[in-house]
Parts: sequence; C-alpha cells; structure tokens
Amino acid sequence: MHRREGLAKLTGRERYVDDLPLDDFLWGMTVRSPVPRGRVTAVRFGADVDWSAFVIVDHRDIPGPNEVILIERDQPVLAAGYVRHVHEPVVLLGHRSREGLRRAVRAVEVVVAPEPPVLDFRVPPRPDQIQYGRDNVLKRLKIEKGDVERALAQAPVVVSGTYETGAQEHVYLETQGMIAWLEDQVLVVKGSMQCPYYVLSALKHALARDESRVRVIQTPTGGGFGGKEEYPSDIALHAALLALKAGRPVKIVYDRGEDMAATTKRHPSWVRHRTGLTRDGRLLAQDLEVVLDGGAYVTLSPVVLSRGIIHAAGPYSCDNVRIAGRVMFTNAVPFGAFRGFGAPQTLFACERHMDVIARTLEIDPVELRRINLLRDGQTTATGQVIRDGTDRVAVLERALELSDYRAKRRAHAAFNETHAAQRRGIGLAAFYHGAGFTGGGEVHLNSRVRVAGLADGRVEVLTANIEMGQGTLTVFTQIAAERLGFAPQDVAIAEADTGRVPNSGPTVASRTTMVVGRLIERACDDLRSRLEVDAAVRGASLRAAIVRWHREHAAERLVGDAVYERPPGISWDDANYRGDAYGAFAWATYVAEVEVDLATYSTRVTGFVAVQEVGKVLNETLARGQVQGGVVQGIGWALMEECKFRDGAMINNQLTNYLIPTSDDVPPIHVAFLENPYPHGAQGAKGLGELPIDGPAPAVLNAVAAATGADPRAVPLTPERLMAIADFGLRSAE
Amino acid sequence: MTVLLPGSERDALEMLAAADGDAVPIAGATDLLVSWPGRLEDHRKTYVDLSGLAGLRPLRWTGDELVLGGLTSYWDVIRDVRVRQEFPLLVAAARQVGAIQIQVRGTWAGNIVNASPAADGVPVLMAYDAVVELESLRGREEVPLDRFYTGYKEMRRRPDQLVVAIRLPRRPYSVQKFVKVGSRRAQAIAKVGLAITRAAAGWRVVAASMAPTIRRCPTIERLLEEGAPVRGPDDLLPAIARDVSPIDDIRSTAAYRKRVMARVLYYELREACGWRA
Repeated sequence: MHRREGLAKLTGRERYVDDLPLDDFLWGMTVRSPVPRGRVTAVRFGADVDWSAFVIVDHRDIPGPNEVILIERDQPVLAAGYVRHVHEPVVLLGHRSREGLRRAVRAVEVVVAPEPPVLDFRVPPRPDQIQYGRDNVLKRLKIEKGDVERALAQAPVVVSGTYETGAQEHVYLETQGMIAWLEDQVLVVKGSMQCPYYVLSALKHALARDESRVRVIQTPTGGGFGGKEEYPSDIALHAALLALKAGRPVKIVYDRGEDMAATTKRHPSWVRHRTGLTRDGRLLAQDLEVVLDGGAYVTLSPVVLSRGIIHAAGPYSCDNVRIAGRVMFTNAVPFGAFRGFGAPQTLFACERHMDVIARTLEIDPVELRRINLLRDGQTTATGQVIRDGTDRVAVLERALELSDYRAKRRAHAAFNETHAAQRRGIGLAAFYHGAGFTGGGEVHLNSRVRVAGLADGRVEVLTANIEMGQGTLTVFTQIAAERLGFAPQDVAIAEADTGRVPNSGPTVASRTTMVVGRLIERACDDLRSRLEVDAAVRGASLRAAIVRWHREHAAERLVGDAVYERPPGISWDDANYRGDAYGAFAWATYVAEVEVDLATYSTRVTGFVAVQEVGKVLNETLARGQVQGGVVQGIGWALMEECKFRDGAMINNQLTNYLIPTSDDVPPIHVAFLENPYPHGAQGAKGLGELPIDGPAPAVLNAVAAATGADPRAVPLTPERLMAIADFGLRSAE
Repeated sequence: MTVLLPGSERDALEMLAAADGDAVPIAGATDLLVSWPGRLEDHRKTYVDLSGLAGLRPLRWTGDELVLGGLTSYWDVIRDVRVRQEFPLLVAAARQVGAIQIQVRGTWAGNIVNASPAADGVPVLMAYDAVVELESLRGREEVPLDRFYTGYKEMRRRPDQLVVAIRLPRRPYSVQKFVKVGSRRAQAIAKVGLAITRAAAGWRVVAASMAPTIRRCPTIERLLEEGAPVRGPDDLLPAIARDVSPIDDIRSTAAYRKRVMARVLYYELREACGWRA
C-alpha cells in the first residue's frame, strides 16, 4: 500500500505548522540566557525600541506553577531570577513583524551575576559547582547479576576499556514550531510534536487549566527522532503564554540556528568496561560503569539512562554482570530523547569493546560473538529469560553471508599490501533493541485506542500517535484494514487532537506499530463484538453491519475500545532492576566496510549490510526506509556529526558547520529482514524504529580498526580525532 | 534594504560611485544568503544587483587567453567542453562548490570578492595565474590575483570598482591538481584546499583554509623548482610553516591542516617529482 500522505508531501501540498493560515496573529520569540549559570540581576529593555508595540511575558505571567512537568519538576518554563544554562528562556516577546521581533530580542539584555558552572560531566564537581542533590547526580541506577567481583578475580583474562560518544543533533527537516490561540475559553495549541498528551499535561500544569479548557493538536510533523518528544512542551507553553497575554493567536517557529542551539541533543556518554573471559573468549564477568551528561535539567534523562544500562551488556550470555549508571547534572543545554534513547551509546561501547577483546585475545571477532550470543533459555543482564525462538547466530551468519565477510577480509588484506595511501577494512556489530516502554512503563501508560464505526460503514481509528515521516498513518491503516477485511480507503485515521482522541501514549520507544498497532487490532475486535458479529464477518458484510447498526441506533456512537494489557508471563521489579525489561527485543547484526584515506585520515563507508529480526514486517518499503535512515544517521554520528560546545551550548549551530552525511557519503545499504512473529505485537510485529541507530557506529569503527590497526574509542571519529590516535606512515608503492 | 537594478554596466558603475562606498554589488547573492538570518545589519544595506547585465555573463576565448566575465557562473564553466580540456581544475573546483543550485547562481567574480580564505574557486584561478580586471568610472585596472588580497577579507578593490573580467593565460601544463579536503564528500567547506600547476612559467602551489587569505606558497614552489629531495610528508613541513599559518577554528585544527597539507602534497606530487621514501 502507498504511503497515505505521500502525494501531499511529494507535491508540496502538505501543510506544516508554519504553512497554516492564521489571521491577525503575533510572532513570538524568546530572549535567552547568555551565560551558563548565575543569578539574574536585571533584564534591561533597550531604549531604541518602542516596547508598547510588543507583548512581553516573563515568569510572573505564568498562572500555575513555573514548571515544565515531566519526570521531575525542576525545569522552569521561564527562568525566575536564576539561570542554569546558556539559552535558557527568560523573557518572551510577541510582535506583528518577525523582523522587528528579531531586532527587539537583541535589544533585551539579561544581566547575570555569574556563578561557577560545571561543564564536564566526567569530572567530579567541586563543592561550589554542586547544584543538584549532594553530588550533581540526576539519577543513579544499577543492575546486578551473579557475583562480578569473584568472577573477575577468578577470570583467566580481564580486558578493560573506556569508550565515549558525543552529542548528536536530530536535524529533523522541519524545525520546532507551535501556534496557540483562545477559542472561546479553550486554549488551542497546534504544532509539530510526537506526544500530544505530554504537551497537554505540561499546559494543564503550568497554566492551571483543566482538560476541558486545553486542546492540543499535532500538525504534520517533518521528522522528530525524539527531538519532538519533550521539547514541544516548552515551546507550546511559550506560545500559549504569549497568546493568553496578547489575546491573539501567536506563532513561534524556530529558525535552524535557534533550533540547533537551544533544543535537546543526544546525551554524551562515557562507558568503562571490565570484562572477565576464558582464554578462548567465553564471557565470565561484565563490569560496567555508564555515565551520561544530562545537562541542566532532569527532562527524560533517568529513562534514557535506564534504557542505556539495560542494553549495555549487549546481546550476550554472561552469568556475572554489574552495570552502574549515573546521569550527571551539568550547566549545558539539557540533553534529551533521541532515537535509541541511551542504547546507541552503551551498545557502541559494548560492540567496540568486543573487538578490543578479540584483538587482545587474538581471536576472531565473529567467533567471539558467536560463542557468547544469547541462546534461547539464557538470561540478559536483568535476568530476563530469552525464549522467543529467534536464532541469533543465524542473524549473524546471514549478515556475514550477505556482506561476503570472509572473502572481503582476504581481499582487503591484499589491497592493503599494495596500496600506499588507502586502507580497507570490514567490521561488524551484533546488537538488540527492546521495544516499547521499559519494565512497567507500558502498564503505567495505560494506553487506550478507539476504532469508531461510521454511519457510512467506514471506520475511524482514534489514537494520539502521530505521523512524522516514519509511516504511522499508513501502517495503522494497514492494521485496521487487515483486521476488518476493509480496503485502505475505508479506514480513516483521526487527527491527533486531544479533544477527540484517547491517550494511546507517546510516539516514541519503537512502540507505535507493536504496542499501539496491537491495540488497534483489539479495538477492531471490540467493535465487532459491539455489533455482535464474529471474526468471520469481514469486508462488505462488516461494513453493512455497521451501516445497519447506525440505522437502528440513530444519533448514537459505535466505538470499539481497547486498553493496554501486559502480555502474560512478564514481570519487572523496578526497585532492583530485575526481570523482563521489554516484552520483545529485535535482534540485529550490521556489517560495515570502510576505506580510510591515510593522507587525509578521512573514512568513507563503502559498503553496508543490515540484517535484523523484527518480528513480522508489516510494510517492507517503510521498514526498509526506517533501517536505511537509521543507518545513515548512525554513520553520521560515527564519523562526522560533532556538536562543538562553548559554555555548554552548541556553537556550530548551522548546517554548514554541523555536517550530516550527503547521499555521496553513504554506500548502498543492503537491508534484510528475518521474521519471527511476536504474538503480542500487531500482526506479529516488534519495534523497529530505533534499532537501526544502534549498530552503525560500532560496526564502522570496528572496520576502521580492522583497516588501519588503529584503536578508536570515541565517536565521532573525525579525521582530526583519527590523526590524534594514529600516525600513519605513508608507504610508497614500489 | 535597498536593491538597485542597473540597466547597463555603466549604470552599475555610476550607482557604485554615487553610493560613496556604501553599496554592495551582488550577482548570485549566494554568499549573502548564508549570513542573512544572523546578520541583521545586512538587511539595511544598499545592493546593486548585477544579475540583469547579460553582457557580463559569457566566457570568451582569445588566442592566448580564457576570459571569464564578471557574471560567469560555476555552471557556465562546468558545461563548457573547452574549459574542461584546457583548464580542468576550473571544472573540478566548480563541482566542489556547494550544491548544483549554488553552482548555477554563484559566480567566479563573486568568489574572488567575497574573499573567503576557504574559497573553492580562487585557488584554481590563482594556480592558473589569473588576472582580475576591475572597472570604475575612473577607468580600468588589472591586478594579478596572487597580489589581489592584502589581508583577511581585505583586497585591492575599491568600493566603486566592479570585477568585470578574469583573464587566464592559455599555456600547456604538465601538472594540474586540485584537492579539497572537507568533512564530507560534497557540500562542505574546505578544511584544506590545494591547487597545483606546473607550466613553463614554473610551479604554482596555492593553499586554501591555511591562512587569512587564499595564497601561493613560495617556499614550496621553490622547493619544487629546485627538485629538492623529499623522503616523506614530514620533509615538507618546514616549508609549509614558512608559507602558511593555519588556525584552530570551528571546522578543524591547525595541527590537522598542516599535517594533511604535507601528506596531500607528498601523495599528489610523489610521482610527478620522482620522490622516493
């Protein structure tokens, strides 16, 4: 089936938030902190602006608590006398002309008495830098299995290593944007977002309005990658505050520079591995320390850390595991949700470390993985017994076969002998990604979906899950159509409008198809039971039954309903981090081939194979696109995407200086799926969205290590960084 | 902002003279657009839009010169078969400028007067001994490109002068190389750029992103003329240190730039110069 909104997007007719017609409105902009930490002593409005033509909002205009409510309540909507990061919002301005507003924002001076900031999350803070709890630790989590100390003491070999990853910018094509206005007494906020109910909850809290007086509507969203998970709550609050004070609609749309400088990024990480093994490479103990940079507010960091440590030990069997994780407060712009959510960081460390182990023990990196990969009946670090029937070694084998791994290794060795200034290499990463919210998260979300039977016999699927380019509208249509025997055009997908759709949870965590899709199937079944027909009634006869029902029940609504139920046999102990972390994991092996130019230290990825087992693939075109996009994003993170910070804020906040791969920087990406249907996902699907960002960075760096003999431990592996760790003599080709 | 639309070259020169140094000539406006959202002061300037002056557009061949017009674009050069044969570095550099949309709008003259130390077009022009032809109401002036820049974004062009032509002598070349090292394979700003030619007139080695201006490297050129023995990239470092002064900036580091310049030079010239390790 074709992408539902594809034609509108292809022809430029799709209307994003900035394209929506809006009458008699004001533009909104944000005055931000110039320094990373300090007390605001004054806000000065310059003399050469006529301020009577502006709507001005500060923290005193907030009707409710000055808090962006999320996991904690530590982040103010607008700074109230104290700032904790550069670009922290202090004052909002509204004005008719965007140009006039740009000048006005520069005419406001936020005067701050600076205090010592903490800018390096790896260094223990000094007493005068403590700003959160007793030690600046935003969250601490620990996983323990077996007896790590004893196993390490007895292990014949112990291999240690530390690994680091940098921040990453989402680079969604559409920047953050929101419009707000009052419709009678109802505040309507519309914009680009992944989680309408998160925005609703933030608005209700800080504006002290109940649900009947706030409505949040998602507009077609031009990419999110997690960047529109929590941040839209901030900008929605800003637009709403201006609109309430102005009594007129207000639109805030960030330009690229503001978006890159002021919004969230992927958490930087530092991971230490200490691994005990037998001499032939069997894992005996894994001791890990995981540290993330959280930035100046808690935002989603505790759950990013949670997912990070749960994935940190890799898809391997090991009886003794200890993973100690913490997220540190720093005076940086808060880090936030980004596709993979902590797992790419820890899986980079794990899979790069596997190659470091292989080199140390002088064994084949493939063999090392093959002997340690989880077999059915074995347990993960949290003690989750894996018995999904997937042959993880077969996933590995398929990737080796498709990449022609063995032959390539021989060919590269020959090539490297005869070429003076190029080195070729191949590397792999085996990994996994848990789909849906962690542990008891899905139970806590209590997601609800409705499928309404319409008077003309069609159905309407009502969820709060959104399309952001990944294909939600299309896959939801397919799921409902397949369940009911309908043609796609007889399935409507409701706009994600909190005034109409139930809270089916956020569009994050690779949960949309697997979890919400399954709820759609159950709501379809519930619709049938309300019609008192059985599963054999499909297609035309079902449509007729719906039409008949409406004739018999004039002015009533026919709605099938489903609420999340935890799959049987799943249990999670959140206090001790033990048990079934996820209902299902997707499994993968990625193989990267690279060519390194010894003259310029630059790495080009020349081949890529991505093999994954994701349950049932519902739409191969979309699934392939997810994998290819994730691989490209992962290659960017591995080699070139580097956020340069000063005082905790990104200073290369332009697409000329923060580079993402062009089509010429990525090779053809060979995508293959192995299918092992998951009984509790829609049509057997498991989550797929995040998985593909986990594998490319370690696979690419392992390939660089194989090509050059260098030992890179950090991403992005820019040419400058490779030069710093490897001095390649230029051999002459004689 | 004020945009003046001259009907002729003469008009344009009068507008520039009348503005007394406050008018900025624009052609493709591609460099202006890059800084437009951030530099509000640019929004209040006066611009003389040259894009309608069709006479400045074509490139011409004479018996001993290729003459690029003041409005000749990168794309005009890319699609010219003769340029590809006689001045292949012009085509190679033009293809490295931004995206195709930029190549179509951007002009060689604009690349010269924008005076970026990381320019892609200027190094190859300089390696071909280009001469810049400047015109004003006070007359015509010729400045060799390798003497055009006097400092960072400073050049021998008065505000009332227009670049109306760029003249390149036609010569047989035995070596022609252009290397741009960026952080990705397309649409990147040069971290190290090198244009190298060798003709009867001698070697030309021009470096980009290695100094406050694009510049020739006289010490390296002399080293090549003299046929000094070079046993590896490190042997080139002392000459590089005399010729250029790269910095740490948002795109790269001084250390990387120096070392990579040495390695690229060594690798590119090893065969032509018969260097043996």
